[in-house]
Amino acid sequence: MDHNFQKDIAGCGLTGLISKKRERVSGSIIAKSLTLMNDRGNGLGAGYAAYGIYPDFADFYAFHIMYDVQSARFSVEEYIKEHFHVEKVEEIPTTPVKEIAINPLLVRYFISPSKGSITGDGNGEDFVVNAIMKINSEIDGAYVFSSGKNMGAFKGVGNPSVIAEFFRLDEYEGHIWTGHTRFPTNTPGWWGGAHPFTLLDWSIVHNGEISSYGINKRYLEMFGYKLALLTDTEVVAYLFDLLIRRHGLDVATACTILAAPFWKDIEDLDADEKEAITALRQTYSSALLNGPFSLLFGHQNGLVGINDRIKLRPLVAATKDDMVYMASEESAIRAICPAPDTVWAPRAGEPVIVELEN
Amino acid sequence: MFKSQAPPEYRATIDTDKCIRCKRCIQNCGWSVYDWGGDRVQIETSKCVRCLRCYHYCPTEAIEILKEETRFKENGYWSYNHIRNIKRQAETGGIPLTGMGCDREGTILFDHLMLDACQVTNPSIDPLREPMELKTFLGKKPSKLEFTKGKDGKRKLATKMPPNLELAAPIIFSPMSYGSISLNAQKVLARTAKECGILMNTGEGGLHEDLKPYTSNIIVQVASGRFGVNPEYLNAGVAVEIKIGQGAKPGIGGHLPGEKIPLEVAKARMIPVGTDALSPAPQHDIYSIEDLRQLIYAIKETTNYKPVSVKIATVHNVAAIASGIVRAGADIVYLDGFRGGTGAAPGIIRDHLGIPIEHALAAVDDRLRQEGIRNEASIVAAGGIRSAADAAKAIALGADCVAIGTAALMTMGCTLCGKCYTGNCSWGITTQRPELTVRLDPEVYAVRLSNLIRAWVHELMEVLGALGVNAIESLRGSRERLRGVGLDAQTLDMLGVKPAGR
Repeated sequence: MDHNFQKDIAGCGLTGLISKKRERVSGSIIAKSLTLMNDRGNGLGAGYAAYGIYPDFADFYAFHIMYDVQSARFSVEEYIKEHFHVEKVEEIPTTPVKEIAINPLLVRYFISPSKGSITGDGNGEDFVVNAIMKINSEIDGAYVFSSGKNMGAFKGVGNPSVIAEFFRLDEYEGHIWTGHTRFPTNTPGWWGGAHPFTLLDWSIVHNGEISSYGINKRYLEMFGYKLALLTDTEVVAYLFDLLIRRHGLDVATACTILAAPFWKDIEDLDADEKEAITALRQTYSSALLNGPFSLLFGHQNGLVGINDRIKLRPLVAATKDDMVYMASEESAIRAICPAPDTVWAPRAGEPVIVELEN
Repeated sequence: MFKSQAPPEYRATIDTDKCIRCKRCIQNCGWSVYDWGGDRVQIETSKCVRCLRCYHYCPTEAIEILKEETRFKENGYWSYNHIRNIKRQAETGGIPLTGMGCDREGTILFDHLMLDACQVTNPSIDPLREPMELKTFLGKKPSKLEFTKGKDGKRKLATKMPPNLELAAPIIFSPMSYGSISLNAQKVLARTAKECGILMNTGEGGLHEDLKPYTSNIIVQVASGRFGVNPEYLNAGVAVEIKIGQGAKPGIGGHLPGEKIPLEVAKARMIPVGTDALSPAPQHDIYSIEDLRQLIYAIKETTNYKPVSVKIATVHNVAAIASGIVRAGADIVYLDGFRGGTGAAPGIIRDHLGIPIEHALAAVDDRLRQEGIRNEASIVAAGGIRSAADAAKAIALGADCVAIGTAALMTMGCTLCGKCYTGNCSWGITTQRPELTVRLDPEVYAVRLSNLIRAWVHELMEVLGALGVNAIESLRGSRERLRGVGLDAQTLDMLGVKPAGR
């Protein structure tokens, strides 16, 4: 077992929006919101996640891969061709910007597991996850930073506006967007270290520090996750994957595990809830996320915002018609929605769960 | 009389100017060090064990117990104890006995591990203002849960939860039998366990009538002598523990001499008065892991599936053994490190067999995780837990809770004199002599022991707060919050802990 992992520490600002009626919104909107919170980051990392951006390839896993060296690309593509059907490969379109002197090679692949390759859960998701783990942990200089269907992450080292311009974010339209600007305190200055962190359709943007990182990591390792990304946010993405996809729990229950109610409050619940949450806290004690955080969790059917159990990081939510906004600061919401219908600060540990309408 | 070549270890002295001849020292000494000489107290210093009972009860502070200055010539290789033991063995042909845990110096890993704290990037939490949770559950946990949705859309638990023991804090009392300690000492443990929402353990001495009001805070133990075991006993507590071994004396049994078996002890143990109570070295129906499995399930059948704990001494191959124990069906694995205490053990066994709890704990927690069965059983770490700091570090290494024995006895007066096996304990703890046991008032001493637990609870909360977490489970197994100082690379790797500065 490799115990010699390093935890990356970072402070941050985050923002997100969702159209419940699946109206697609330009990436320039979320970039505007995030750019307002420039001072919550220090230019060492920003990123965005978007859902609904690849409707023409909605049945394929969209792998966004960054390569530090060309040789890594050969190794990865050899591996992918062996195990996947490749529908399309292209370099991710970018615009040169003066603030970014050096960037990794950025390539996206629309792929599906080839028949016969699939083992495990049968629908191929375990297979895809294993492939991601393998590429990220075994092929030096290659990193899969996005892997869901009809969604994608765009991130790198730079300010929010720079990263948005670089990735030509205004050319994408999605019905869920999240964004994140980063204030790393001991960054390796690595593009992969920026948020969002994603796995399949899950994406996480996170402001805070997971003080329980050590045990969360060891818990995930028991289930075969390999934590390679030098950051505590990674555990959040993998925990959602474990709880929702592999254990079949609903989003609300997953949130109950990650930001569990206090025992003193559990006492006051009705018998069924008391039994349920007591069992959750016993069984999933190692999945409790402790320490200050606010985070946005995007998935194929919605957007979730949640704070730690005593709200040590800010999170504000607002609604306007079918739109729901969540951000570190109210100003970031008002920058793109000047007159929201409602604005509120979600209570500690109480998730804001927004689902798309069918 | 033949004068022993093993000189006295201590020199008991009385300042005759200060002494008011009240004779309290004579009454209080369980070792007959003092006697009345007509006009002053006479001292037979070779009997003194430096338990300090007389010192505490002397009203004029006339007594001083000094280290005997007359010593063998100092030698960097032949220690005082080496020479002394040879002299004693030459005189008796016997095995020098010891009480309490190994007292040899040597690397104590707990003292080389430092806990983390928050600065700037994450806030520390003030336990006086914010909730701080220490509630701990011992027992098997499912690897995942299933729910059904009711008509009202509310979730309902569908998974049947295995029975668990609920603790208000991650501390329990280690097993100490009635016989090895007095009934009053057991009552102190039982009252405190109830008061503090934790557990005590009968040890292998049966369950005395007087403990029955406390059974919801008692684990009953089954060991190789099977003393006091019947179905009623097995069902009396909240869980049953099978004792395979003890950290202070791995691989050997126990011997409670007939002199320590008066009527009450005999009744609890279900043996005749005055007979030696012999606990064989192995359990004679457990010669293998599959035999253990049969006993675990025999007990579960008898108790309608209460949690079963299996206690082992930490020996070299502890990780594989613990894995086997979990796979054999145990709900709790109790690891007793080589520093663990005892009422009586041969010195050679106590001081030279087994491994420290820190190594064992790290190895067992790692192994159970590698095998994906860490949720199948809880780990209790014991054997030398001296403070809440040790407890916090043990929990960070992977323990669900710690067990304390020696520390608990200290609140009753124990000063670690290490002569428990003589049955003369002047504090009334490890003795059955009625004039001595009567000194230990359970009500009075339960307050002191409860104070200790409360103090450690506060300390653990302070540590959690400094770490910026508000639940004990966020420290459990979180070795990222530990750093090693002055440890070699191999030890750090084994512990899964980074060196300080990294």
